[in-house]
Amino acid sequence: MDGAMGLLGGGGGGGSSGGSTDGSMSTVSKAEVVEQDYVGLMSEVSSYPAEAELELGLGLSLGGAMKAKPCAWREYGRILTAKDFPSVVSRGSSASSSSSSGRGTSTTAITGTKRTADTVAQDVGHANGASSQVVGWPPIRAYRINSLASQVKASTAEEDDHSIFGNDKNKNSAKKDTNNSNNKNNSNIQEKGCRRSSLFVKVNMDGVPIGRKVDLNAHSCYESLAQTLEDMFHRPTTTVNANRSSGEKEHNLMVEAAKSSRLLDGSSEFVLTYEDKEGDWMLVGDVPWGMFLNTVKRLRIMRTSEANGLAPRFQERDQRQTPAPRLRGSKPI
Amino acid sequence: MAYSFPEEVLEHVFSFIQDDKDRNAVSLVCKSWYEIERWCRRRIFVGNCYAVSPRIVMRRFPELRSVSLKGKPHFADFNLVPEGWGGYVYPWISAMAEAYPWLEELRLKRMVVTDEALELISRSFKNFSVLVLSSCEGFTTDGLAAIAANCRNLRVLELWECEVDDRSGNWLSHFPESCTSLVSLSFPCLDGEVSFSALERLVSRCTNLRTLRLNNSVPLDKLPNLLRRAPQLVDLGTGAYTAELRPELYSKLGDAFAGCKGLKSLSGFWEAVPSYLPATYSICAGIRSLNLSYATIQSPDLVKLIRQCPNLQRLWVLDYIEDCGLNALATTCKDLQELRVFPSDPFGVEANVSLTEQGLVSVSEGCPKLQSVLYFCRQMSNAALFTIARNRPNLTRFRLCIIEPRAPDYLTLQPLDAGFGAIVENCKDLQRLSLSGLLTDRVFEYIGTHAKKLEMLSIAFAGDSDLGLHHVLSGCNSLRKLEIRDCPFGDQALLANASKLETMRSLWMSSCSVSFEACKLLGQKMPSLNVEVIDERGSPESRPESLPIDKLYIYRTIAGPRCDMPSFVWNMGERSALRFS
Repeated sequence: MDGAMGLLGGGGGGGSSGGSTDGSMSTVSKAEVVEQDYVGLMSEVSSYPAEAELELGLGLSLGGAMKAKPCAWREYGRILTAKDFPSVVSRGSSASSSSSSGRGTSTTAITGTKRTADTVAQDVGHANGASSQVVGWPPIRAYRINSLASQVKASTAEEDDHSIFGNDKNKNSAKKDTNNSNNKNNSNIQEKGCRRSSLFVKVNMDGVPIGRKVDLNAHSCYESLAQTLEDMFHRPTTTVNANRSSGEKEHNLMVEAAKSSRLLDGSSEFVLTYEDKEGDWMLVGDVPWGMFLNTVKRLRIMRTSEANGLAPRFQERDQRQTPAPRLRGSKPI
Repeated sequence: MAYSFPEEVLEHVFSFIQDDKDRNAVSLVCKSWYEIERWCRRRIFVGNCYAVSPRIVMRRFPELRSVSLKGKPHFADFNLVPEGWGGYVYPWISAMAEAYPWLEELRLKRMVVTDEALELISRSFKNFSVLVLSSCEGFTTDGLAAIAANCRNLRVLELWECEVDDRSGNWLSHFPESCTSLVSLSFPCLDGEVSFSALERLVSRCTNLRTLRLNNSVPLDKLPNLLRRAPQLVDLGTGAYTAELRPELYSKLGDAFAGCKGLKSLSGFWEAVPSYLPATYSICAGIRSLNLSYATIQSPDLVKLIRQCPNLQRLWVLDYIEDCGLNALATTCKDLQELRVFPSDPFGVEANVSLTEQGLVSVSEGCPKLQSVLYFCRQMSNAALFTIARNRPNLTRFRLCIIEPRAPDYLTLQPLDAGFGAIVENCKDLQRLSLSGLLTDRVFEYIGTHAKKLEMLSIAFAGDSDLGLHHVLSGCNSLRKLEIRDCPFGDQALLANASKLETMRSLWMSSCSVSFEACKLLGQKMPSLNVEVIDERGSPESRPESLPIDKLYIYRTIAGPRCDMPSFVWNMGERSALRFS
């Protein structure tokens, strides 16, 4: 029984000792300890039939099985709470930097490691204070975010005439500080800041009835975007595609550059195109990445045979049969 | 039973019973009541389109006139549900075209609606009069043009936060000159321009028009003409509320607003310019609802406007209002029932405005009728939550979003368990709750113990262990919808409370610690649930069974596994399990 209950709290062979009082451990090593423990615990789960030893109440008892041992739950539930990691540095929000030393964010370590490798890097708070992008947080509808972002862009563009933030001349001086901080934060929305918004655009592929969406702000260059799209639409069913953590990105790009650039260099049956703000369809990869982000409305993976009506440069290129311009980091085939 | 009323009498009595719950209760009394009731039910609400199939609905209720459907889970609003997940309305439309030729009303939320579906609607239902699409996607303005052109008796056309492909085919001009039936026209989420002359003519001839919500493309100088043509308006959404400072436009606008004496609701205000706000003052005394959440106006101008609206019941605003603005709100608007404060810079690391927990505390003190709160802020304390809970035990919706995940009480650095605990303990009628900040299992203990009327709970980055989830599932008697992301909840609580899931509409868990093995077990043991694993990384079979799956969506259903799952969604049920063996 204890062994079963020990699943959650790591009472037995687990690692409850792993984090309780040793306040001087760094975030990283704590995460490692917890991760090892977790792996050990989970392997226990799979090794024995669930129903017998865990007393799972799948009937109408509505969790009565659990109620039988409230003390045990409490005891194990208590392990590794915020109090146990008093000195863990938090995710480095500078808004309350003075209190960062006291922030017990042990749950960061726990939840961070209870994910597979590719998502850990995204979400675990780094000790150096850089926040990472979290999908769907804060919980604001994409519609509202886009609306706000487009108004912000409108205002910074028209700053000379009349900005949104200070039409009244009287207001301008009084609101100067707010304006400045607003303008500064505008660039957070526009450029990549510490925590940036998502920029989801639709992607359709010829021959595939269901479109997808991809977050362009999760990429910093064309290769990784092309790689993601390749995975999305040509995913092999047997291999694990857990290779998107930032640490491994470079490595994978180099290893799979030949594969990733297929969409970009015209050698595959499909080409990657996008519709820009003016409604024209262009070949992806011709303009600098930042400029691309500003003008792209949506993507289409088009059959090369259908790409004749695209911007003349592409056609020319096709006719001349020269490869597409080399992109940063891609290897020629 | 020797004496029983004739069917006609019972039908007549039932016709006074409109509420869904009451109707459902009526149908359970006895077989004959079930039969009579099902033939005279005219409207249904399906909270999850996959909980039932069109065929089942049509078989039971042959005479429906009004259908409401919801598709994707709520977290789809925040991009957590991959594109292509489902929620297609076309199968419903095509079935209803056969079964309900007299259908009048369709309300859809978070569904994929195609132009084909819209065209089919426009051709199939002769009396079609109400189309409301909220957070829907998949259609273009061509579909809207079909609705405009073919629905002779259209009274309501409302688009709320939909993703619409704008093909400048001038859909608005497709309303025939003979169309005079519109009561509500709302399209703020459309990107493109509409023909102003078509709009003006339409507004002129629809003398019953009560609601008109324009989109950003309608410039301010077109507004006075529109208002003059519709003095009977009750609900107005302006277009862009910006123009150079021109006295003659200002006075025209002021006069036009003054002519709309029945206005109760204002919204829109894109790119709002403060100097034009006073043009609305003449009708502000009658305003009950004000949506300024797209207006990037600073606090002093916001306060001036709010002071003109003493009868305000609902306010949606950006955090530019700041604490001082909320103070003013608290002193002026004693009838306030709902407050939503949205962040102007959600992704900035530092606060750009002076809005703290204090603003919410002030409103909770000054507004005795406050029931519904949605509040984004960057700091919160247990003390503030205690105060709010004490002040406002009549809260029914409390959604607090502290922008930084796992942020503790900024004064004591403690978790916010006690504060939220006070909320659920004091606010006995709380129906909806969203948590944020640093939270341990303790807060879930409070919730399970006290939140007996809670129907919807949203959790993110909270809790320590399965105990937390167990408290919620075992304690919250009224729970219908539970959505969880990034919490260390795993298999134990889920499996132990499996039967609870049959009493709920749905459960969403993403980035938690539920194993594939547990999902399979749940799917196999609970045939009345669809246990869907969503994983864009590839089949969960390709990884060890003990590893956590990415996303899990569980909902009760009488329709069995759905047939339209994309390649990244797997059903864990018995039949589907054969796929894996």
